[in-house]
Amino acid sequence: MENFKIEVDSDGVALVTFDVPGRSMNTLTASVIKEIGELVETIKSDAAIKGAVITSGKTTGFCAGADLGELGGAEGGPNGLGGGGDLKAAFDAGFALNKAFRALETCGKPVAAAINGLAMGGGLEMTLACHYRVVADNPKIQLALPEAKVGLLPGAGGTQRLPRLMGVMAAAPYLLEGKSMKPAEALGFKVVHEVVPAGTEVEAAKTWVKTKGDAVAPWDKKDFKLPGGGPYTPTGSQVFIMGNAMLRKQTYGNYPAQLNIMKAVYEGLQVPFDAAIRIETRYFLKTMMSPQAKGMIRTLFLSLQELGKGSGRPAGVPHYDVKKVAVLGAGMMGAGIAYVQAMAGIETVLIDQSQEAADKGKGYAESLVKKAVSRGKLTQEKGNAILALIHPTADYDQVKGSDLVIEAVFENRDVKAEVTKKAEAQLAETAIFGSNTSTLPITGLAKASIRPASFIGIHFFSPVDKMGLVEIIMGEQTGQEALAKSIDYVLKIKKTPIVVNDSRGFYTSRCFGTFVQEGMELLADGYAPAIIDNVGRATGMPRGPLEMHDDVALDLSYKIAQQTKKDLGDKYEERPFTTIIEKMVEGEGRYGRKNGKGFYDYPENGPKTLWPGLAQLAPVKIADVDQAGIQEIRTRLLYRQAVEAARCFEEGVIVDPREADVGAILGWGFAPWTGGPISLIDGLGAKVFVETCDRLAQQYGTRFAPPALLREMAEKGETFYGRFGVKEKAAA
Amino acid sequence: MADAYIYDTVRTPRGKGKKDGSLHEITALSLATQVLEALRDRNGLDTSKVDDVVLGCVAPVGEQGSDIARTAVLTADYAESVAGVQINRFCASGLEAVNMAAAKVASGEAQMAIGGGVESMSRVPMGSDGGAWPTDPSSAFKTYFAPQGVSADLIATLYGFSRDDVDAYAVESQKRAAASWADGRFKKSVVPVKDQLGLTILDHDETVRGSTTMQTLASLNASFTGMGEMAFDAVVTQRYPQVEKVNHVHHAGNSSGIVDGAAGVLIGSKEMGEALGLKPRARIKGAASIGSEPSIMLTGPSLVTEKLLKRLGMEVKDIDLYELNEAFAAVVLRMMQALDIPHDKMNVNGGAIAMGHPLGATGAMILGTVLDELERSNKETALITLCVGAGMGTATVIERV
Repeated sequence: MENFKIEVDSDGVALVTFDVPGRSMNTLTASVIKEIGELVETIKSDAAIKGAVITSGKTTGFCAGADLGELGGAEGGPNGLGGGGDLKAAFDAGFALNKAFRALETCGKPVAAAINGLAMGGGLEMTLACHYRVVADNPKIQLALPEAKVGLLPGAGGTQRLPRLMGVMAAAPYLLEGKSMKPAEALGFKVVHEVVPAGTEVEAAKTWVKTKGDAVAPWDKKDFKLPGGGPYTPTGSQVFIMGNAMLRKQTYGNYPAQLNIMKAVYEGLQVPFDAAIRIETRYFLKTMMSPQAKGMIRTLFLSLQELGKGSGRPAGVPHYDVKKVAVLGAGMMGAGIAYVQAMAGIETVLIDQSQEAADKGKGYAESLVKKAVSRGKLTQEKGNAILALIHPTADYDQVKGSDLVIEAVFENRDVKAEVTKKAEAQLAETAIFGSNTSTLPITGLAKASIRPASFIGIHFFSPVDKMGLVEIIMGEQTGQEALAKSIDYVLKIKKTPIVVNDSRGFYTSRCFGTFVQEGMELLADGYAPAIIDNVGRATGMPRGPLEMHDDVALDLSYKIAQQTKKDLGDKYEERPFTTIIEKMVEGEGRYGRKNGKGFYDYPENGPKTLWPGLAQLAPVKIADVDQAGIQEIRTRLLYRQAVEAARCFEEGVIVDPREADVGAILGWGFAPWTGGPISLIDGLGAKVFVETCDRLAQQYGTRFAPPALLREMAEKGETFYGRFGVKEKAAA
Repeated sequence: MADAYIYDTVRTPRGKGKKDGSLHEITALSLATQVLEALRDRNGLDTSKVDDVVLGCVAPVGEQGSDIARTAVLTADYAESVAGVQINRFCASGLEAVNMAAAKVASGEAQMAIGGGVESMSRVPMGSDGGAWPTDPSSAFKTYFAPQGVSADLIATLYGFSRDDVDAYAVESQKRAAASWADGRFKKSVVPVKDQLGLTILDHDETVRGSTTMQTLASLNASFTGMGEMAFDAVVTQRYPQVEKVNHVHHAGNSSGIVDGAAGVLIGSKEMGEALGLKPRARIKGAASIGSEPSIMLTGPSLVTEKLLKRLGMEVKDIDLYELNEAFAAVVLRMMQALDIPHDKMNVNGGAIAMGHPLGATGAMILGTVLDELERSNKETALITLCVGAGMGTATVIERV
C-alpha cells in the first residue's frame, strides 16, 4: 500500500498512518479508495492485530475528502455519468467508498480514529466509520461535510452516520449547509468521543483500543435508539415536517443536493445500516448526475480556485508585490478598499478633499476592527497594527511611493480626470493607476491619463469587505503588464479577479441590469408586483427585481436611462416601463429605499410593504399565475441575463467562461444553483437555449434574440466551456 | 342501478376532545358500538339483513386501528355475517362512508348497509397515524405542504376575508347552534352516550357557546402565525406568488373544534326497506369526490359541488339547503363566494365551529343534521360537502321522498 503505513505495537495495536504520497493534503484518490479495502483485509486477517488506530501523516490535516477535480472535471457529467450510461456500473463505482468504510466498521476489531487536523467530507466520513474518535484539542481543526455547498451529497455514509450520532435536527445544518464544527462542538454533539491535547491523540486512541475497544458500531447494536427519534415518532415527525418546509423556504426547490440529502436521511433512518448506505449511494448518484451539481462544482469550487490562483494573469510579467496603495476618495467604496488593503498588510494612503472626510473614511475600518476585536476574531494589538497602515490625508504629495492608485471618487468624468492628473504627478513609472468605476468606460477615462498603458479599471463591489469579486477592465490602451500587476494586487487582498474588456456597464453591471429591467417589463406587462418579486426570489437571485431596483435607487436608474437615451439617440429603445419609473421618480418623488419610498414603503418599524399606489401607475392585469406561469417568469428573468452574458462573449467583453460564471455568482448574485449563466446555457445545450430565446423574442421582444455566436454554437453542438475553455484547460 | 334510500340517521353528542371532555372516558369503540346499537334498536332492525358497515376514521391506530368497523359490529352484537370496513378520506371520511354504503346498495352488492364514522380525538390525537405526505420530503416538497390552518389563512388572504369577516361568521355559527339546540332541532338524530353502567354521560354538544361575540373572539390570537412565519408562509407563497403576505386570521374560535363523537346512517334499497317495514326518509341523489390543489388544500367543496351538480343536471339554486363542514370559517365563506350561495341556505343550524368536528364522523353527522332540517322546514334537497386534507372535496346530494 502506498497510501497507508501500518506499524503494529507490542500490544497488537496497528497504527495506520494515512499519507498520500506526492500531495500536501490527504484526499480520497482512486488509489486510496482501492487500498482501504486492502487495509481492512489486513486488519481483519492478521492475527497479530488486535485493533487499529488511524491517523494522518500530514501536518496539513487528517483528510480533505474526495478530490473534486477528479469528481467534477469529466466532460459529460461528473465521472462521466451525465450521458445515461450504465447505471448499475455507476452504482457499483459510487458505492465503493461506502462499501470500504462499512467493511472497516464491521471488520470485527476495534478501530479508532486519531484526528490530528481537519477532516472534511469523505475524510470525516472515514472517521465516522471508525468505532471511536479522538480529536486534538485545537480550535482551528474543522470537521465538516461541505458537499452540499457545491451541490453534492455526502456519499460515504455521512448522511447516515451523522444523524444516527447526533439526531436529525442537530445534524441538519451540518448536512444541508455544510457547516463545520470545532472539536469541542463535536464532543458536545457526541460526534467524537474525546478531545485531548494536541500530539496525544494517537496515544489516547490506542488506550481506548487496548482497554475498552468495542468493535460494534452503535447502530449495529440491538438496543440502538436514534437520538431524537425517527420520522414516525412524535418528535421526529415534527423535525421532518418542519425541516421539509424550511428546506423549501431556503432553497425554493432549486437545489437537488439538499432535497436528496433530506430524502436519504428520511429513508435511510428507517432501515438497517447496510440498506441505508445503498439508499445514500442512489441519492448521491442522482445528485451527481444533476446539471446543478456539475455547474456548482465547476464554478463554486474548481473555477473559483483557479481564478483565485490568478489563472487569467498574463505570463512573463514578474510578480508585482504591492506594498503601498493610494486610494483616492474616502467615500463608502474608498473606505472599504482601504480596510481590505490594510487587512492584507498594504500601507494605504486614503485621500479625500479634506482631512475630515479622509478621517471619516478611516472610521469605517476602525468600526470594523472594533467589531472584530469585540467578537474575539482579532486581538487589539493586531487591530491597532492594521489601522496604523491607513493614513488619511488631503495631501496628494503622499501618493508618492505608491505601487498602485485606486481612484474611487464620484462617477463624474471631470472629477475623475482631475484626480487622475493630480495623482499621476506623484507616481513612479512602474506604478499602476486603477479606476474603480462601475459604469464609465475605461478607454474614455484613460484620456485624462498621461500613461494610458498603465491605466486600468479595477471595479470593486459594495460592501467591499464582504464581496469577493473584483472586475478588472482593460481599456483600449491598457497593457498586459498593468493587467498582471492588477491581478497580483487583487490576489493579495484575497479577492477573486475576473478580466473583462471595455464596454458600457462592462460585464457584471450590464448583465445585472437586465434582471432588474426584465422585472420592469413584467410590471409593464401587468403582472401583480408580488408575483414579480416572489418569483424573482424563487429563481435563486438574492432579491426580487422590484426590491432590487429600490435598493439600487430608482432616481439613479432613471438618470442613467436618460443619459443612455442621450448617448444612443435613435438606437435607444423606449420601453413601456420607462414611463412608470418616470412617474414614480418625477411625479411621486419615489427614489427607492434611500428615501423610504419606492416600489415598497419602508416603515420605520416593521417590514417593507408594496406601495399600494403602484396599481395606478402599473395596472394589474395578471393577478395570479399557475405553475406554468411561474415557470415562464423564471425563464424570462434568468434567460434574459444569460443571453446578455452570451452577447458579452460575442462582443469580446468577456472571454473565459469560468470568469463569466464566477463573476456572475460573486458579482451580482446570479442564481448559484445554475453554476452561472454560461453553465446554465451549456447545461441546457445551445440548441435548446436558442430555441427558447427565439420563442421569447417573438413573444416579448428582441431583447431575447440570441446572438449569432449562439446560433453557430447551436448548429455545431458546441458548449461555451468546450469552445472557449478547453484549450486553456489542456494547457493548464 | 338501484336507488339508495336513507332510513335513519344517528349521532352521538360531541364531547370536548380533551382530557377533561365528557367523552374522554368512553372508548372510541364504545362510541361506534352505541351508534350501531341505536340504529338497530330504533328501527327494530334484523341485523342479519345488513350486509356491510362502513365507518370513517382518520387516525386508525391504537384503539381505532385494526378495522374498528368490524370490531364495533361484533361488540354491538350485530349478526356475525355483517362485514365491516374502516375507510379514510380525512375530514370527509364520514360522508365518504355513507357514499360507499350507498354505492354498495346502488350496485346491488348490498341491500342494507350502514355508513358512518367515529373519532375520539381526545383519546387518539389527530396525527397519531403519521403519514408520508408531510413527513417524506418526496411528497412534502413536491406538493408545497402546509398545515391546514396556514392553508385556511391563505384562502382568507387570496379571497379577501378579513379577521372581522371570519369572526363574524363564527359568531353566527355559535348563535345558530345554540338556538337550534334550544329549539330541539337536533333531537331526532342525537342519541345520548351511555357510560360503562349504562347511565347517560353526555346528551348535548359540549362546545357550543351561544354567548360568543365579536369582542370575545377579538381577544384570541391567530393560531398559525408562528408556524407560518417559521416556514410555511414562505412555502405557500412559492406556490401562490401573488400573495405578498399571508394574513393569519384563524384561531380556536373560528375554526372547527376538536371533539369526540360517532355517527351512523342506515341505507338500503327500496325493496329491503319494505321487507323490513322501514320508511325511507330520503334518497341519495348522487355523490362525488374530487382532487384539488393540495397546498391551499381546502378549496375542494365548491369544486366538487360544481362537478356533482353538473352530473345531476342541477344548478346551485336547485339546492334548498347546503351543509358544508365548518373546518375553518374561510372555507365556508369561500364556497358561498364562489357559488353565490346565500348565508340563509348555508349551515342553517350552525356547524363545527360551534359543535366540533370529530374527523372521521362529521360527514355522517352533518348529513343527519341537514336531513332533519329538511324535514323540519319542509324542504326537498340538500347538498352535504366537506373540504379534505391533501386537496380533495367530497359531496352528496339528498332529496326527501
